[in-house]
Amino acid sequence: MLKRFFLLPALAASLFTGCTGPETNTVAQLPILGEREVKPRADGGPADTIFATVPAFRLTDQAGQVITNKTFAGRAYIADFFFATCPGICPKMQGELLKVYSKYAKDPRVVFLSHTIDPAHDTLPVLRDYAQRLGITDASRWHFATTGAHGEPTAKDTVFQLARAYFTAAQPDKEAPGGFAHNGTFALVDDLGHIRGLYDSLNPKEVDRLLAELPTLLAEIDARKAKPVASIQ
Amino acid sequence: MSEYFRPTTDYRLLIAFLLISLMLPGCFSNNRHQGERLYAQHCASCHGDQGQGLARLVPPLAGSDYLVDHRAELPCLLRQGQKEVIVVNGVGYHNVMPGNKALSPAQLTNLLNYIESHWGNEAAPRTIRDVQQQLDSCRVP
Repeated sequence: MLKRFFLLPALAASLFTGCTGPETNTVAQLPILGEREVKPRADGGPADTIFATVPAFRLTDQAGQVITNKTFAGRAYIADFFFATCPGICPKMQGELLKVYSKYAKDPRVVFLSHTIDPAHDTLPVLRDYAQRLGITDASRWHFATTGAHGEPTAKDTVFQLARAYFTAAQPDKEAPGGFAHNGTFALVDDLGHIRGLYDSLNPKEVDRLLAELPTLLAEIDARKAKPVASIQ
Repeated sequence: MSEYFRPTTDYRLLIAFLLISLMLPGCFSNNRHQGERLYAQHCASCHGDQGQGLARLVPPLAGSDYLVDHRAELPCLLRQGQKEVIVVNGVGYHNVMPGNKALSPAQLTNLLNYIESHWGNEAAPRTIRDVQQQLDSCRVP
């Protein structure tokens, strides 16, 4: 009777390893998150799968530099959403991102991007002060960016829309501390603009997972750069 | 005869004693770690699990000279929040700290006693009466 207890899982395990066996030779890859589109090819060949990418954006960072998707082309970046006067989860969230940053501060393959969801308050001088107080002296390594550097009336809508694209919930909420409700998601984006990982910054295990998965993505990007042909799609 | 019964009365005493000691914890609320729980709930996300603060954005509580120098003002500060520039261990901070009007004097006492006895802080414990008196003399915001 007892034997059967052990035999069944052993059998199941051997079946599963049988399934994954051939793949063990390939390098582990992070999934591509988001909706995917299957486009039939005009010539009747096998359909193309179009993976979701971060939509086009145009931001201004604490140094006054305009940053767009192109700023991050060929590099990985980690994005989150915060606001400078946030008394809720932001200090915890930014503290966690600071831990990740401190490990990669000198690695040009990964960049950091924090979007303010309170563009009306977080002007460029406020963002600059915030970055300096966090100890970030090089704006090109960690951008603190706004959609409203020039007082755009749509700045708030733009950043909330962008947050949704990064799978972060952010919206104005009078009940929430500081006037905005949002969650502390870190989004890991690859060199082609695909989101490859989402991590809850308030959970230490999730931050550890980010630290564990980031090298996998960087290796994939390095491999892509080594074979320039592969990056043409 | 009486000597024969004595052990029985001792047993009764013992049982009564045991019963009372079993019932005693019911007299106390589960407040022993209230300060620690309140800290985790209301303070830790900004000031950190170890009271370390965050860079030059959030002042530390661990080894903070402000806690010592402004001891009597702390109950009011927790209740009313803090909007002014604040200098802690020689560093100026200007982030706003929201106050919490819902915490009772007893809760504030437990919270402050927790903060002031951890991470290298070694202040004398406060009593609820001290805290109540300090709250009574809070400046009207």
